[in-house]
Amino acid sequence: MARQRHWLEHPVTQNFLVPILAVVLSFSVGAIFIAIVGQNPIEVYYVLFSQTLGNEYGIGQLLFKTTPLIFTGLSVAICFKAGLFNIGAEGQLQIGAFLTALVGMYTFGVPAYLEVPLLILAGMVGGGIWGFIPGYLKAKTGAHEVINTIMLNFVALALVSYFATNLFNVPATVHTPPIAPSGKIPRFDAFLSGFEGSPVNFSIFIAIAACIFVWYYVQRTKLGYELRVVGLNSKAAEYGGISVAKNLILSMTIGGALAGLVGTNYVMGYKYYFEEGFSAETGFMAIAVALLGNNNPFGVILAALLFGMLEYGGLVINTMVPKELVNILQAIVIIFVISSNKIFRKTLNNFLKTRRLSIEQ
Amino acid sequence: MPYAIQLINITKRFARTVANDNVRLAVLDGSIHALVGENGAGKTTLMEVLYGLYQPDSGKIKIHENEVTIRSPHDSIKLGIGMVHQHFMLVPTLTILENIILGAEDAKHGFLNLSRTTSRIAELADSFSLSVPLNERVQDVGVGIQQRVEILKAIYRRADILILDEPTAVLTPQESTQLFGILSELKQQGKTIVLITHKLNEVMAISEHVSVMRKGKIAGELDTAETNPQEIAQLMVGRPVLLKVEKDKSKTGHPVLSVNDLSYVDRRGIAILKDVSLEVSSGEILGIAGIEGNGQTQLVEAITGLLKPTSGTIMLNGINLGDLSVSQIFESGLAHIPEDRIKRGLVVDLPIKENLILGMHTRNEFSSRLSMKLSGIEQNAKLLIEKYDVRPPNPDALARELSGGNQQKVIIARELSRNSKLIVASQPTRGVDIGGTEFIHRTLVSERDNGKAILLISADLTEILSLSDRIAVIYDGRIVKVFSDNKVEESELGLYMTGTKGNGKTAALA
Repeated sequence: MARQRHWLEHPVTQNFLVPILAVVLSFSVGAIFIAIVGQNPIEVYYVLFSQTLGNEYGIGQLLFKTTPLIFTGLSVAICFKAGLFNIGAEGQLQIGAFLTALVGMYTFGVPAYLEVPLLILAGMVGGGIWGFIPGYLKAKTGAHEVINTIMLNFVALALVSYFATNLFNVPATVHTPPIAPSGKIPRFDAFLSGFEGSPVNFSIFIAIAACIFVWYYVQRTKLGYELRVVGLNSKAAEYGGISVAKNLILSMTIGGALAGLVGTNYVMGYKYYFEEGFSAETGFMAIAVALLGNNNPFGVILAALLFGMLEYGGLVINTMVPKELVNILQAIVIIFVISSNKIFRKTLNNFLKTRRLSIEQ
Repeated sequence: MPYAIQLINITKRFARTVANDNVRLAVLDGSIHALVGENGAGKTTLMEVLYGLYQPDSGKIKIHENEVTIRSPHDSIKLGIGMVHQHFMLVPTLTILENIILGAEDAKHGFLNLSRTTSRIAELADSFSLSVPLNERVQDVGVGIQQRVEILKAIYRRADILILDEPTAVLTPQESTQLFGILSELKQQGKTIVLITHKLNEVMAISEHVSVMRKGKIAGELDTAETNPQEIAQLMVGRPVLLKVEKDKSKTGHPVLSVNDLSYVDRRGIAILKDVSLEVSSGEILGIAGIEGNGQTQLVEAITGLLKPTSGTIMLNGINLGDLSVSQIFESGLAHIPEDRIKRGLVVDLPIKENLILGMHTRNEFSSRLSMKLSGIEQNAKLLIEKYDVRPPNPDALARELSGGNQQKVIIARELSRNSKLIVASQPTRGVDIGGTEFIHRTLVSERDNGKAILLISADLTEILSLSDRIAVIYDGRIVKVFSDNKVEESELGLYMTGTKGNGKTAALA
């Protein structure tokens, strides 16, 4: 009965194949919409790909959009691993980024090797607090994290909006004064002239480091083991003497801190101040990033690249099609990815089964 | 005598396995035919093919000597086949009458003719001695009655062939005896009965013929009168099996676990445990017999720290467990084989090796201050997989991919590797086949002989009787009787288990 597994049946292959198939299919459906608005899909897609991937400027823009998606995608993914649905990455990143800017504007004269870590830490603390609150409420009272993270998004957005337009703003603007120059993270174009004008900066390496951290934490540490047990079977965790409450709080806090790192990209690496409305709902797109990336830190990088490309690509094709079309395309990708898992896997396995039977007979 | 059922060369494949491989089965009209086999031997699949839930890949089915095609249960019901599933298919909030007629209502212009239906069902029930309170809700009657409702439901649909899947799994000894009475009555009146079971005493008691399945094939067909449990078990497992647990007299030492006046009132204010006191000493197995839902689950959870009792004390090795956390209790010398392995005992989406350290992951062999020690985890897994013969012997296989018996082995391997003083074993062989059960029983007895104190909770009386050195009976949250040896009749235990004897009094402990 033991039979050689077809390579297509291997779970790792399928983990790659299924999302790729979903993305390809959603681009095909997107083509129909492009045709409906009277454009040639091939032309539009050509522009989309060549302007984002075809030159350093495009790549720089794409990576700049990708960086915050990695941070927030990781935030959602690590909470998923603990069985929590973190819809609050948006609020967490707002508080984190604002705190980065706030600390940065009051710490002039601190040398860079202290200032940069300090500002990074400020972002993590801000986001971490915003993640800790729903985690604590979930663990102690059972209050659902979905509702509480949504509510805290409203609170966070209102708070930073008030601060950035009233209390800490440069008069007549909706942004704060600049951070201390020593807290700046250099852009790529400071070293590579090809990236001239694109805002991509070294915070993307912080994002990659965060991915490695999350992978190591979840897969290799004692706490990560506990987090996985809690996420997969909280009753078994209880039985094994693992504190469910501690791990829920911890994962939400870490998730929040990861989202809080978004400020490194925008505040420390691009504008050097906090501005109201800077995030363009990154924290919500993060849910799709985590899903498409299968909650795997390295999958999150790939998914963030795709959504980063769509985000910047939307601006590129804006002259040819309405910008709503890009929103449609993003939505289709998400829908396909979410529904694809079951459908594609089943179709694939059925196909393999019938093929095998026909060979046997 | 003509045949009621003939299954001829039935083959049914699933994605990776052949569940039924060229199976032939012939059941004489008006007989009781037992179909036995280990879990996964294919007996349920075979019956589901007969009932129309699956289509065979090849083979023929004859009912009353006529070849038929059965595409759905609808077809099989028309052919007079009725099935009583292991898990009842009843609507708890409807009355028994409503459940019986559900889907086969006697109605005119959309209105039920209740009086005619009622009298017809009452007549049927009467003629087969299947008394049931027709107007009670299903949720308000016991499982024994619910099972009769299932049988009545099938007969109401004019079934003359009845398939019963593990019908005694949920019954007390008394209820089982009553069920067998009903089955004999049904047989007397010409019905054909197929009994799926793995309890060999039942096969011997009631069937005339027995078909044994192993690994999807028929391993033997026997006349019950000319065989014995030993022979059947050997056919089922494929090797000689020790049905009786061999053990010497216990060498009882000092008390390890003492529970004193333990009570638990749940959130709804219902008293679940009432002044439970018991003591387990090293080198003995104390069996707790009882029908499920009489407080066993809560007793185990209180001892293992998963539930906070309302009052009373629990001492393990002289340590009061009162305020200790689950992991502290484990450290003071507990091993716990939980009653529900999927819900509590395993994380089915983690590999075997990570399941084998659950609750021990903070030990030095498996982790340093921050990181897991992968090689230690791997080695532990290899060692335990070999020692307990877990299959497949692959530390990276997900627990989900294992059979029930092998999942149970993983839990037992883990718990016994704790080197504890006390083993709390709750339903240790539930859903485990004969081969696995034999192994688990031998292991528990050898742990006892090594001086461990074992608290065994089981709904399976045969298991309680064959393993225990002393037996306590729990009924309605109380220990109503303690037998100081295991020389007691099942029926005697049954009387205490149902509260007929010893009701209301808490037994004094020797």
